[in-house]
Parts: sequence; structure tokens; C-alpha cells
Amino acid sequence: MDFMMHSEQQNQLEPTQAPVERHSHNQWNPYVDNGGTSLIIAGKDFVLVASDARQSVGYNINTRYDPKAYELSNKTVLATSVCSADAKRLCEVLEQRAQLYYHKHERQISTQALAQQLSNTLYSRRMFPYYVFPLLGGIDAEGKGAAYSYDAIGNMERVTYKAFGSASALVQPFLDNQIGMKNQRGAEGERMLTREEALRLAIDSFTGAAERDIYTGDWLDIFIIDAAGVHKETRELKHD
Amino acid sequence: MAPPADTNAGFKFDNVKRNQLLSDKGYNLPRATKTGTTIVGIIYKDGVILGADTRATNGPIVSDKNCRKIHYLAPNMYCCGAGTAADTDSTTNMISSQLALHSLNTGREARVVTAMTMLKQYLFRYQGHVGAALVLGGYDTSGPHLFTIHPHGSTSELPFTTMGSGSLAAMSVFESRWRSGLSRDEGVELVKDAIEAGIFNDLGSGSNVDVCVITRGNVEYLRGYSTPNERVPKEQSYRFARGTTEFIVPRTAPSNDESSAMDVSA
Amino acid sequence: MDPITLRLPHTVQRPQELTSYGPTTRTTQPIVTGTSVVAFKYKDGIIMAADCLGSYGSLARFRNEKRLTQVGEKTLLGVSGDISDYQYLQHKLEDMITHEYDMDDGQSLGTKSVYKYLSNIMYGRRNKFDPLWNAYVVGGIDNGEKVLGFVDMYATTYSSDTIATGFGSHLAQPILRRRVEGRTEQITEEEALEILDECMRVLFYRDCRTFNKLRRAKVTAQGVEISEPYSLETNWDFAEDIVGYGA
Repeated sequence: MDFMMHSEQQNQLEPTQAPVERHSHNQWNPYVDNGGTSLIIAGKDFVLVASDARQSVGYNINTRYDPKAYELSNKTVLATSVCSADAKRLCEVLEQRAQLYYHKHERQISTQALAQQLSNTLYSRRMFPYYVFPLLGGIDAEGKGAAYSYDAIGNMERVTYKAFGSASALVQPFLDNQIGMKNQRGAEGERMLTREEALRLAIDSFTGAAERDIYTGDWLDIFIIDAAGVHKETRELKHD
Repeated sequence: MAPPADTNAGFKFDNVKRNQLLSDKGYNLPRATKTGTTIVGIIYKDGVILGADTRATNGPIVSDKNCRKIHYLAPNMYCCGAGTAADTDSTTNMISSQLALHSLNTGREARVVTAMTMLKQYLFRYQGHVGAALVLGGYDTSGPHLFTIHPHGSTSELPFTTMGSGSLAAMSVFESRWRSGLSRDEGVELVKDAIEAGIFNDLGSGSNVDVCVITRGNVEYLRGYSTPNERVPKEQSYRFARGTTEFIVPRTAPSNDESSAMDVSA
Repeated sequence: MDPITLRLPHTVQRPQELTSYGPTTRTTQPIVTGTSVVAFKYKDGIIMAADCLGSYGSLARFRNEKRLTQVGEKTLLGVSGDISDYQYLQHKLEDMITHEYDMDDGQSLGTKSVYKYLSNIMYGRRNKFDPLWNAYVVGGIDNGEKVLGFVDMYATTYSSDTIATGFGSHLAQPILRRRVEGRTEQITEEEALEILDECMRVLFYRDCRTFNKLRRAKVTAQGVEISEPYSLETNWDFAEDIVGYGA
């Protein structure tokens, strides 16, 4: 994108180019907030990724089922939030990169490599970001659950749990309390959850979020990824 | 000669510039709770039916899952409120008190037009800064009445009306199914469907349906007439062990309270 | 736009960033516009409706616009928003279809491909800060599967059993969700037409940019069929009893 052209460069126009008219009013805003919440929890040998499926704009529900979490391969799931158009494009790009890797190296891309690829892809649009806050789940080289969290321009961090999206301010403190065991006397730091515990917490996070966040609701997609592959489950949330 | 101070009713705007300066420097005004709402009213064979959802919001957060939006005005009159919660509450409250005094003075039941006129004159005086959008319904000596009052003080009298962020969803129900001479049960069903259209299609509206049927000499206030959004049970209990709370300095106070751990399962 | 913020008078926000550099843009605004498109899935396929009005601001300027078109053999396209952007896009689609025909490989583009092509154009234009000021509804049957998708000027896409653009998203979508959601396979063509007319009638009553001359179209296994313009019956009896505004 060359839209961040500086004024000096502007002066070096080709003689045939007409100067571009500058308007003083607000510029058209290409970003939309489509709401929704995503969550990730890493376990010893699995990772859980969950997203609600409501796509909204303003006070309108566009559709009750538009999945925000995508299976990129049979061992990685990418959950997104905020701008649906950018999220879908980002997933396509990443899927293509994974395919290219496969054909070039004749083996499937590792979770760590894909995680780095995602960071690079996001940073490639540093000056016109994908308005997406991704969470990537997979199994790492040692067979452990791997969860990665990103900001919109590619800052990457490996985490054990994280919530992003419109209800993140509701869900993150809940996870901090239940998994991070923060600010509790006698608690011995972060817990490693079993699959069942993680599932229960994910469900309660979303039923709770759907109660209090107007942008979260309708349906919930839960992915559990382990050595055997990706297991997907869809549950109903409140429609109001 | 300066006019007497007390005739200068309404807001003063002396501080607008100062507030703008403060806001530019980052000292923002507090945000008001708004009832992004669906409220409706219809005329039916024997009177008026009012309806409302029960969600109150503060930005994207639901601040009350079961609030009351059908306010009492007088024994024969109720009023649904949309807009700024504080304004609809205090406006209906104040008019209700004035109507009570009016009834005592005249020795008669107040008329619905009287309430409507008081409301519109009050709202007009504040030039829309009292953010109350109202649907007023009642039954008096001249029969059933249904009024819509906008925040700036304009009114309309229609056989069916909707307001709030869910007004279009609710209106789609009325425009396809309302007719004159509906029975009580048909009317209540129609109002319920209109509110539910708001609840399920408008994010500013949600939770339950309240209905109020006003006929000659009678009011049926059906709080929670329909509850299509009950919370599912939680997957597990979140009960904390005694002594979980962090503290810096221990201090023991004498207590005869025997209740044990904090229960947050409700 | 934040509907919750308390705004005092005389506090109109001035643009903050009036810097000398910025994206090279052609500031766009819609000129001649079409309003809602209403569409849903039913037993035999996809059904869609749109009126024939091309508005010039609040002027009912062009009264015979065709906002439902066939793309290729088995795809139906409904458009709302700027008509000239739509006509430009129609040329691009025709080019694509012709190109595909020239291949002479016995293949024709399916609805999913048309939808993807359209979505990519919209995303590309959004990224150039030079959007096509439209919302499109794409419907069709692709390898026996009913496809109904939406894409707008921000390249927001979604698929659903029921879709309504513009004012229709407020007024028609609640009706469609109530009557169609979860029972697409039970809806006969007769019922589908009745639902469609109910939506369009409500839009005519309440949307000032809708008028009572409209077309409907369907895609079934037999192909695409777009109707001639027709009008709906309306009822204004209630108006007899309305006198004044209460005062």
C-alpha cells in the first residue's frame, strides 16, 4: 500500500499526473466491527478454541451463524474477532501459505511455523492492518497444546489461555480467576486443565458473555485439537 | 429589565464551552444508561395494550436483564419509556405526581390527553435534552387513547405505534398483522410478537416481554408475560473455599454469623 | 457512531487529522440509489424481490430500474445502493461470463464462484479506499446446493437462509426470520411468494425510498426466472379514523 505517501513524495509527481484533490472532511472508513468473542485454552496434550457465531453490525444481526474460527489444517484452528471481511481474507491467505509450504517441503507445516507465518502476514500489512485479533491453536513439536495470541499488526505471544473480542473484558477476568488462579490466597499459580474442565469453562464463559454482551450470542463453535486431530462441537447460545 | 429568574425554565448552556474544553483535554462526561428498547402500543376492541422488552444497556453491556419500562402514570394510564433511562424514569414520575394532584384538585380521573399535553410541554421546554421517547396509553371518559411522544415534544395519535431501537422490527409485525377491532387475546398475542421481533432482531432489546392491558376501569399489568430467554444452568459450581480472599493486614472482628463460603452460583 | 455518548449542543467534532498526506482516494458517495433487496431460501430454490425505483436523493428519479439480474446460467444477483457502480460491475460480470464461455470447455461458472469473484472485487476496492457503494445478494443452486450470500461495500460477507439489504434489514428481516428460519424445506412457492409480498408491502408502507412497482425472481433447478414489474395491493382504511395529533 502506498497510501502513506509523504508530502515530499507527493511533490515529485510525474508531469503527466494531475495533483490529487485533498478533501478536508472525514475519510471513508474501511473498517467494520462485526462483534463476537473468541477464546483459547491450552492443556497438556490438547488445545481448545471457541468462538460464537453471531455476525452483527450496529444494533443489527447480519446472520446468526457465521463461524469466526476456521480449521486451517487437521491440527490447527484459527479464531478471529472484530472485522469479519479482514478475518476471512486473513484465513484464506494463511491457508494458502500453509499449502505452499506443503508443496515446497512435502510435509505439513508445524504449528510453530504457522504461528510465525501468521505474525509475518499480519505485519506485512502494518500500515493498513487487518482489523483482526487472532488466536491460533495447535499441537507443538513436543505434543503439547500450543496457544498463540496476536494483536492486529503481528505481535505474537504464546499463552495458556486468552479471550479476544467484544466480550473479552468479561471473559478474560473469569479465565484469570479460574485458570490463572490470580489473587487467591492459598492458590498455587496457573492450573493445567483437563479436557473436560476446559470445555466446561469455555461453555460457561460464553453463556455468561451472551447474558451481558449484546454482540455475543446465537451459536458457539468449540474446537478441541489433540494428537488425533480436530474435534468440533456446535452449541446453541441465546438469540436475544 | 431582566426577566424574573424563575421564568427561565429549562437547561442553561453556560457551561457548554467549558465542558467541551474539558472533554478535549480528556475529562469526559459520564455516560448515561440508555434503554436501547422495543416499546409498543395498540388500540384494540376494548381498550389499549402496551408492551415492552426488559433489557437496559450501557454501551455494549447489558446493565439490567429485567428492568421495567412500562411506568405507572395514573390508575387509568401507563407509559412506556425508551431513551435515556434516568429521563424516562424521572419524567414519568414527575408527571404521575402532577396527575395525582390534578385528580385531587378536580375530583375527577385525569384524562389521557392531559398527561400527553403535560409530557409534551415539559419535553418541548428542554428542547430534546431530556431524552425520553414515550408511548402513552390509557382509558378515560372519552374512551381508549394511545399517544406517541418524541423527545423534542412532538406527538402523534395512532391506532398502533412502536418506539426505540427495535421500533422497526416491531413495526414490521404491526404493519403486516394489525387490524381494527382485535380481541383482547389477539391483541396481547400481537403485542407479544412485536416485542419479540425487537428482542430477537435488535441488539438493543432483549430478555422478557412485559404487557399492560388497559380497559375501562381496569388494568392488567402482565409483568414477564413471555420469558423466551431464560439462562441455561451453568456447567459447574463456582464456590470458593473459605479464606480465598487476599488480605494485607489480618484483623478479626467478633461475629455470630455462621454462614460459610461465598456462593456465587446464583 | 456511538449512540450512547451524551452529546451537548455546539460540540460538533472537527476532523482531527487534516494532515497533508493520506490515502489517494476518490471520495465516493452514492448518487442514484436502489433500496432494499429481500431474498430467502425455499423448497425449490432461492426467491428474491426488489422494487424498480432509482432514487436521486429524495427524488424518485428513475422509475424503471432493473435491480435483479441473471449472471451466467444459474445465478441471480440482487443489488442495492449506487446504480452506476452496479452497472459498472455488471459489465465486469459479463466480461467474466463471456471469458468463461470462450473457454468452450463445457463448464459454466457456479453460484459459489460468482459470489467469490464478487466478494474479491469488493474487498479489492475497499482496500483501495475506493469502494463500490453497493450491497449485493447472490443466490443460486450450485451442484444441487442452495447458495444465498451477501456482500457489501466493506466486503463484509455472510450466508444465511434469509437476507435483506438496506432498510429491509430492519423491516423485512424480522418477518423473514420468523416465517422462514428453520423451515426452508417446507416452504412452497405459493407460500414463498406470499412471504415476499408481505415483506415488500411493509417496506412500501415504511421505507420512503421504496415504491409500489417491483419485480421478483427465483432460481430453481430449471434455472433463473425474473418477473415483469407488478404492484401490491395496499390498505389505507385505518387512515379514516386518524384526526390530528392528540392536542
